[in-house]
Amino acid sequence: MFDARPVDTDYVRHRAAQFRAQVARRLDGSLTEEEFRPLRLMNGVYLQLHAYMLRIAVPYGTISPDQMRMLAHLAENYDKGYGHWTTRQNIQFNWPKLVDIPDMLDHLASVGLHAIQTSGNTIRNTTTDAFAGAAQDEIADPRPYAELIRSWSTDHAEFQFLPRKFKIAISGGARDRALVAAHDIGLRLVQRDGQTGFEVWVGGGLGRTPMLGQVIRDFLPEGDLLPYLESIIATYNLSGRRDNKYKARIKITVSERGLDVFKAEVEDEFSRRRHDFRGADQEALAGFRDRFAPPAFRNAPFDGFEAERKANPAFRSWADTNLHSHRIEGYTSVIVTFKAPGATPGDASAEQMRLLADLAERYGHADLRISHDQNVVLPHVHKSDLPALYLALREAGLATANAGLTSDIIACPGMDYCTLATARSIPIAQEIAEHFRAEGLEEEIGKLNIRISGCINACGHHHLGHIGILGLDRAGVENYQITLGGDGYDIPAIGQRAGAGFPAEEVVPAIDRLLRAYLELREDAGEPFIDAYRRLGPAPFKAALYPETADA
Amino acid sequence: MSKAFTPTTAKPGVITANDLREGHNVWMCDDGWTADPAQATLFEDEAIAELALLKAIGQSDLVVGPYMVEARRGPNGPEPAHFREAFRQTGPSNYYHGIQAAKKTEASHV
Repeated sequence: MFDARPVDTDYVRHRAAQFRAQVARRLDGSLTEEEFRPLRLMNGVYLQLHAYMLRIAVPYGTISPDQMRMLAHLAENYDKGYGHWTTRQNIQFNWPKLVDIPDMLDHLASVGLHAIQTSGNTIRNTTTDAFAGAAQDEIADPRPYAELIRSWSTDHAEFQFLPRKFKIAISGGARDRALVAAHDIGLRLVQRDGQTGFEVWVGGGLGRTPMLGQVIRDFLPEGDLLPYLESIIATYNLSGRRDNKYKARIKITVSERGLDVFKAEVEDEFSRRRHDFRGADQEALAGFRDRFAPPAFRNAPFDGFEAERKANPAFRSWADTNLHSHRIEGYTSVIVTFKAPGATPGDASAEQMRLLADLAERYGHADLRISHDQNVVLPHVHKSDLPALYLALREAGLATANAGLTSDIIACPGMDYCTLATARSIPIAQEIAEHFRAEGLEEEIGKLNIRISGCINACGHHHLGHIGILGLDRAGVENYQITLGGDGYDIPAIGQRAGAGFPAEEVVPAIDRLLRAYLELREDAGEPFIDAYRRLGPAPFKAALYPETADA
Repeated sequence: MSKAFTPTTAKPGVITANDLREGHNVWMCDDGWTADPAQATLFEDEAIAELALLKAIGQSDLVVGPYMVEARRGPNGPEPAHFREAFRQTGPSNYYHGIQAAKKTEASHV
């Protein structure tokens, strides 16, 4: 039976104290590394290429100014002055010492943050749309449901040793901004006959065997959310493969058994489990909804915004690129990209974190979001505040007008940090961003998703990039494969490999040829790369990537 | 993690790991562990290397995840034979952090 137990401060303090004792036992020799490793992973502590790494959850991407300031404090006092936003609304610190991590967890607990279930074969951080509660096209705010899932899944006894890690995403908008088709379970909020519910997707995921999820229920009433999720995961827990870690994800289970067979098993499980919930989950959901009540929006003129937009081209460029439509007249959501050309995608310094915390309090109803594309969103900003906000961001180097453009690249840490990686991602992302800015082509190219992964595990979501780049080790040399046509949003698609890989120094010239061909091939300036690719097919783009083949 | 490697005279190797308490990269040397890869012991004999690796595995109170990896003889000591190990010695591409900063060298940055 579901027992509403919020992931509150006392609980995370208790977990931090447990881990402190475990670290002490490891250091005094009471625990071997084999015994300690699963314990540290349960607390988000990895050992990476250069050092330990601590992954901290930002539940559904929502973070308060005080929590952001705490991350800045950790960056300054336990790391090297920065943290790294991940593609699943977490933050990673790359340089902590094991002996310091218990103190870091205590600090996090003091503001309600933690690293629980950010690793291990369990249900990970449930992610959502970074514009939740603000987007103009929103059907309902997905965050109360995400909090319900977090409360239910945290330390859920049945699901602590799943065959593999398990990822859930919820999209609340008419447009999917949470990549539901690429998750183990994806949930899209929908309405039918005035009732709110979910379209439930299952069996999606990237990695070495990328697959798009399939719809297992086209409408699930919201009251059935937890028992149905529990039924899916219980079915997977029993039937998922444990003989081979590469075949242990639910996408393989669904693919091997077939959706119809898997669905019949889930429905059978659901018929038994549904009665166990008895409304406790709905009582909890009602409480969580109160936590996500909208701020007190003000009705005020925003003539100053329009005047500044007309007078200041740089401001206009930023406003036209980095704002997102808000459901309240006079308001907008602001995307702060951490992708200035030359910057490491997703890296945020302590100073930048503190500035954003201050700006969120001054202009954004004290609300901040971490987006899956490694940026930060101020979801509720009145348009009259935009000129002042822009100035403050610009002074800090955070007003790059590139949201959704060529340099807004998702990049995993790659071999610069990750022990699993087979090649680097960061320098390639930096070179691409700098090249197209220097060439002055970024605005002309327009909306484009470039995604880079440094290994087949696909943390950089390269399969979903309009242009995807996968770094591999070919005979001791970094080599990069290019995929085309991927999309995680409106028409989910796995990108197709274009051909042979490129050495590192040839990646930028190849992408340059590809995008110059697109500029020649598109119908007009309003046709984005992905639309031109879908219209024309891969052939002309492959010809641009491999001109020697085309000439043969 | 690199694949298992057995050193020979033609392809010697070093033993590397992470420091337990602080996490930084270390290499086995004649009198323990060092943060300077040029000071690492270069193994050419399979049997001696296996014994040394067993000793390293037994030092779990000091290091985590020791493994043997190919290295080359260099004028100043062992040098990495693969780019992964080179990155472990030079630090990340984006910041002058890690072992190269700790050594305070003027070595060129990758």
